[in-house]
Amino acid sequence: MKGYINSIETMGLVDGPGIRFVVFMQGCRLRCLYCHNPETWNKESELELTANELVKRILRYKNYFGEEGGVTFSGGEPLLQPEFLIEALKLCKQCNIHTCLDTAGFGLGNYEEILKYTDLVIMDIKALEKGAYKNLTGQHIEESLQFLDICQKLNKKMWIRQVIVPGINDTEEYVLKLKEFVSNLKNIEKVEFLPYETLGIPKYEKLKIPYRLENVSPMNTKRCQELYTLFEK
Amino acid sequence: MEAWKNFKGETWKNEINVEDFILNNYHEYQGNDTFLEGISDKTKKVWDKISELLKIELERGVLDVETKIVSGIDNFSAGYIDKENEVIVGLQTDAPLKRIVNLYGGIRMAHTSLEAYGYELDKTVGDYFKEFRKSHNDGVFDAYTPDIRRARSAGLLTGLPDAYGRGRIIGDYRRVALYGVDYLIEQKKNDLNELCDVTNEETIRLREEVCEQIRALEEMKSMANKYGCDISVPATNAKEAIQWLYFGYLASVKENNGAAESIGRTSTFLDIYIERDLEEGLLTEKEAQELVDQFIIKLRIIRHLRTPEYNELFAGDPTWVTESLAGMTLDGKSLVTKNSFRYLHTLINLGTSPEPNLTVLWSDNLPENFKKYCSKISILTDAIQYENDDIMRPIYGDDYAIACCVSAMKVGKQMQFFGARCNLAKSLLYAINGGIDEKSGKLVVENVSRITDEVLDYEKTKDAYYSVLERVAKTYVDAMNIIHYMHDKYAYEKIQMALHDTNVERLMAFGVAGLSVAVDSLSAIKYAKVKPIRNEEGVAIDFEIEGDYPKYGNDDDRVDDIAVDLVTKFVSELKKHPLYKNAIHTLSVLTITSNVVYGKKTGATPDGRKAGVAFAPGANPMHGRDSNGALASLNSVAKVPYKDICQDGVSNTFSIVPNALGHSEEERIDNLVHILDGYFKQGAHHLNVNVLNREMLIDAMENPGKYPTLTIRVSGYAVNFNRLSKEQQKEVISRTFHEVM
Repeated sequence: MKGYINSIETMGLVDGPGIRFVVFMQGCRLRCLYCHNPETWNKESELELTANELVKRILRYKNYFGEEGGVTFSGGEPLLQPEFLIEALKLCKQCNIHTCLDTAGFGLGNYEEILKYTDLVIMDIKALEKGAYKNLTGQHIEESLQFLDICQKLNKKMWIRQVIVPGINDTEEYVLKLKEFVSNLKNIEKVEFLPYETLGIPKYEKLKIPYRLENVSPMNTKRCQELYTLFEK
Repeated sequence: MEAWKNFKGETWKNEINVEDFILNNYHEYQGNDTFLEGISDKTKKVWDKISELLKIELERGVLDVETKIVSGIDNFSAGYIDKENEVIVGLQTDAPLKRIVNLYGGIRMAHTSLEAYGYELDKTVGDYFKEFRKSHNDGVFDAYTPDIRRARSAGLLTGLPDAYGRGRIIGDYRRVALYGVDYLIEQKKNDLNELCDVTNEETIRLREEVCEQIRALEEMKSMANKYGCDISVPATNAKEAIQWLYFGYLASVKENNGAAESIGRTSTFLDIYIERDLEEGLLTEKEAQELVDQFIIKLRIIRHLRTPEYNELFAGDPTWVTESLAGMTLDGKSLVTKNSFRYLHTLINLGTSPEPNLTVLWSDNLPENFKKYCSKISILTDAIQYENDDIMRPIYGDDYAIACCVSAMKVGKQMQFFGARCNLAKSLLYAINGGIDEKSGKLVVENVSRITDEVLDYEKTKDAYYSVLERVAKTYVDAMNIIHYMHDKYAYEKIQMALHDTNVERLMAFGVAGLSVAVDSLSAIKYAKVKPIRNEEGVAIDFEIEGDYPKYGNDDDRVDDIAVDLVTKFVSELKKHPLYKNAIHTLSVLTITSNVVYGKKTGATPDGRKAGVAFAPGANPMHGRDSNGALASLNSVAKVPYKDICQDGVSNTFSIVPNALGHSEEERIDNLVHILDGYFKQGAHHLNVNVLNREMLIDAMENPGKYPTLTIRVSGYAVNFNRLSKEQQKEVISRTFHEVM
């Protein structure tokens, strides 16, 4: 079977530890207001590779990985292609490559099997409450909570990611709630706050999709840092 | 002997063998950078004076020129920057940054350079020289064939050293310190006695050359005497060792004006003297750093007089005082010493600088602490280049050095005949256009039939291309043989050769430019539909491309294999033609900044590149054509084979914005180490590393005063950004900067 892949970044230095081969998988069922990769929403893509073909490519970069680096499956939502993902992850582990999943946890199940071959999960927290989650992503929060739950049960190492968007979650109140939420989780190695950016807007214009956060300016990085300091306290 | 007190080993004491001396006496250092000391008061005073002079020089182009005396080892009186604070002495002329006129390479070239800056050669000197001496340039043009002349004026062969010094010869300057000049003279006299079977021209010539070398060594002693130093005997301490070694180098740059006058591999050698003095309490770490800093200051102010045309090819007044650091021994121990750190640390103490061209010989097995320090200094200064010791050491042993940018040679045992480069992209256009130049309409390569097809056929075009390359190779070899014959005859580098073994091995270095353009063009013809747009004379002046094609720089074998095949073909054609003095053929993929000029002189190409647009530098992919990230681009370049194919080097320049390299300083340092480790494990040869923002370069272009020392790495060397022409600055800015996705 083939995987639908949007693109490949051979030198990812911000999506997981060390130097990462990042596979941006095609397809996502969430429609996050601030999504900066709308081109990955649909399932179809120009690049289709078997897991074998993909891992063969990844192996060309093994020399760069050192002890920390490896492969990151990102997207889109990598969990939407579970069979392909399992096959690719399995092959990576056979080749002794560190594997990382960059996900919102909104997939199609089969999580235990996927996580068996995953060394690190970078979990993107969209929102903490049902209503907010639905407003932001257009979907229900339960699926992602279920995924998170399984990660926890399997003792997976995790990083938490939170995009901070002006007017949506850039408040001390939200950050403190997030802090409480995270404090109830285990194996969390790192929490990253990503300030909302508007660099993705031209893609919407190109794809003729209306952009719903048009009037929201980029998140002030200094303020974002202040909120992070509050979170860390 | 007092000078050799506590030094171990025997072989080096009975013959000239610096390598043996180093291996017996150096102390490998695996620690970190915390031992390093800051700048001393004396050094600061000397450097401040130079900084002021550099500002004036930048405004004027040159600070001053000596017009009454011409080049020579002992032709100038002693000169100082700030005598009382200089711990290492010696200048090319009697004043800092005052340039020498060298007439031996070419008289016209020298006059043009003088005129460009408003100087005039003393009439008596000029007239006498013209009347009694013939220059290298005159000799070359007597012998050049019509084929060579056409190739040269069309820009098919560019940058040939036919009017100035060829350079790329590294004297083993360490010999001066270790043995003293009298011993070197004695050895040369012994060699001369061995050369008495005068049955062929070769021996006659060598006898004459050795005598020239002996005279040069005597002149060098006299030159050092003017600074109150007796270098006839070996150096007895660290200060003398650095000073003696520097006199060796200084003699060489008083005599010669070659494009690249590199210094060799000196840091670990000198560390042995420093360690001995430190152990005996004769020197402190602060004083050791002071010696190194002041030595490096001297290397930073080496100058040669150039024409504006030369600057267009090799921008920014480069001198390629290349120093090769680190590397491993054949026994698998690293050659990293504290002095390897001290040399790099000059970039902090004195601020960043393009010269000397600090080159780290990288090995997977270098101490982790040293790797991290290199990475840290690269990120801070953009002044270091890296070359793969793991692929060079098996060929050149553990005492080789890099001349210029990427040319390896055994120190004191091998020398190079430098030969610039030929234009691969233009050659392809000749194959399509029947040997007619697309710019001038003139016939450059004879007996090539024109391709008249509406859509270019891959096999047919490739066959025609390869047959053009066969002819180009022949013309190129002819030109090189003539140039080096004449250079030996009229501008022999006697002091540099005096610091080599008498029986030296010679490498003749050919080069190519426009590799990525030629390769992408062939790929376009193979995988897309390429239609030439021809003018009334039937010459293709543009190309229409239908469909997409795999592009070099994406780690895609479909196109990368074309690159491998192309350089393999070209070097095999060169090797069909025997070389002057039985030299060995080598090939580089390196452009320096000439990629801009080459682009200017080349019409539109089948890859979609428009006429006049700059080529990518060295072996770099064309900018904007790599879509799988930086490592894919590195992997493509890593496929260009080094051993036996491009054995004079494969240059690659890598620019990345700081944020893309990682969030924290520590992450950035580690990630860069991983990139270097990975790239070189792929078998790649060379990497320039720049960590900077494009916005900063744009700002520097508009406000040069804000960035007086901004240094960036271009193909094979580093350059002060302010010294580039606007055109070259724009080209650098337009290149691919790897950013966060």
